Amino acid sequence: MIKVILPFHLKNLAGVSGTVALEVAGPPTQRSVLDAIEKAYPVLRGTIRDQGTGKRRAFVRFFACGQDVSHEPDENPLPQAVAEGREPFMIVGAIAGG
Amino acid sequence: MSKVRVLVGTRKGAFILSSDGKRKKWKVEGPLFSGWEVYHMKASPVDPDRIYASQCSGWFGQLIQRSSDGGKTWEPVGNTFAYDGIAGTHQWYDGTAHPWEFKRVWHLEPSLTEPEAVYAGVEDAALFRSGDGGRTWQELSGLRRHGSGPRWQPGAGGMCLHTIIPDPVNPGRIFIAISAAGAFRTDDGGATWRPINNGLRSEHIPDPTAEVGHCVHRIAMHPSRPNVLFMQKHWDIMRSDDAGDSWREVSGNLPSDFGFPIEVHSHEPDTVYVVPIKSDSEHFPPEGKLRVYRSRTGGGEWEALTKGLPQKDCYVNVLRDSMAVDSLDSCGVYFGTTGGQVYASPDSGDTWEPIVRDLPAVLSVEVQTLR
Repeated sequence: MIKVILPFHLKNLAGVSGTVALEVAGPPTQRSVLDAIEKAYPVLRGTIRDQGTGKRRAFVRFFACGQDVSHEPDENPLPQAVAEGREPFMIVGAIAGG
Repeated sequence: MSKVRVLVGTRKGAFILSSDGKRKKWKVEGPLFSGWEVYHMKASPVDPDRIYASQCSGWFGQLIQRSSDGGKTWEPVGNTFAYDGIAGTHQWYDGTAHPWEFKRVWHLEPSLTEPEAVYAGVEDAALFRSGDGGRTWQELSGLRRHGSGPRWQPGAGGMCLHTIIPDPVNPGRIFIAISAAGAFRTDDGGATWRPINNGLRSEHIPDPTAEVGHCVHRIAMHPSRPNVLFMQKHWDIMRSDDAGDSWREVSGNLPSDFGFPIEVHSHEPDTVYVVPIKSDSEHFPPEGKLRVYRSRTGGGEWEALTKGLPQKDCYVNVLRDSMAVDSLDSCGVYFGTTGGQVYASPDSGDTWEPIVRDLPAVLSVEVQTLR
């Protein structure tokens, strides 16, 4: 199981609290984890990735094992600790605005 | 007993203000969609319990919410706004070509006849329609593909389609307005469009009388007289008596003819309301006095309405979608400010009182009269 931490507003939209646990087939990547999130919570479609381009929204960042992986190719495997559910995949709203 | 429901969109959520027909005591509910920008909420005139809301965020994009019980509960519906075909380019602020990119929904206009049909005006400017209660959206791309599209340019707030007025008499006719392209009309249900900007004069664009490029801030119509339109342009109050084919200025004696909203009295088609703002560089009321101006002559002659409104040290703005009227007798007039006040007048503007004073900046105000 992959553990995912959503930002406050997306937790509210999805109606969840705490960490979300997801089953992902094969070695998890950014793309497969995000696909699984959107499948489990269709309301989140378009809130993390642009629906037209499939790209990460500008003020959303991804972290894994303390590293910012936002700019890594979305088909790259996530760290083993994330794949094994020992560390969460974090989706973070950038600090910006008022 | 009649009731009034005021739908308020703000920078940090939505609020529903409700009262009986006396409009003296108000119940304030909210925030809904807490922390999100709610550009607009509007109810279906066919089914008053059906309300649509535009919820958006610079972080997480656009959602459309829908209520089927008058705002008690909400469900997210479709948020895919895909331009039809190759999106193409419009002008950027510096005059260079810039690709069309969807940013947000500024305005939702439910159909006058079908509760499941609703239009969405979006940034970058385009018009979408849903026939299934907001689940799916299709662009009416004849508008964006009008030959002038590459010459459209964003105003300071973005290149937004902010006004959608279906004609209550001619079902094929819709008026829309875009900042900064101007006003457009379709007579065939949205298949084809033509600009209706003849008579507008905008000194801040290269050709002041160009076919497109005008920063139209808002258009209003009385449903009993759909060929008469009133416009608050960037500067100038304009009037058309021929469904937009031609316009003439009716700014008259206003202290400033810059502003954003414009609205028509629900029972008097020649009674019009505006909120003058000092200038395009200073978005607050002249002299720090918040004054609604009312014309009872269809423009030209205006009177200041001040009773109950702050007449010193007031430096708020009133945005384009932030004024509305109810259909009670006497007509109620409502507007919201960027300072978070929502003012109501139960007597056609003669006197005003704040319903609430400390909301987040108000982006939109709509009113439902429930009988």
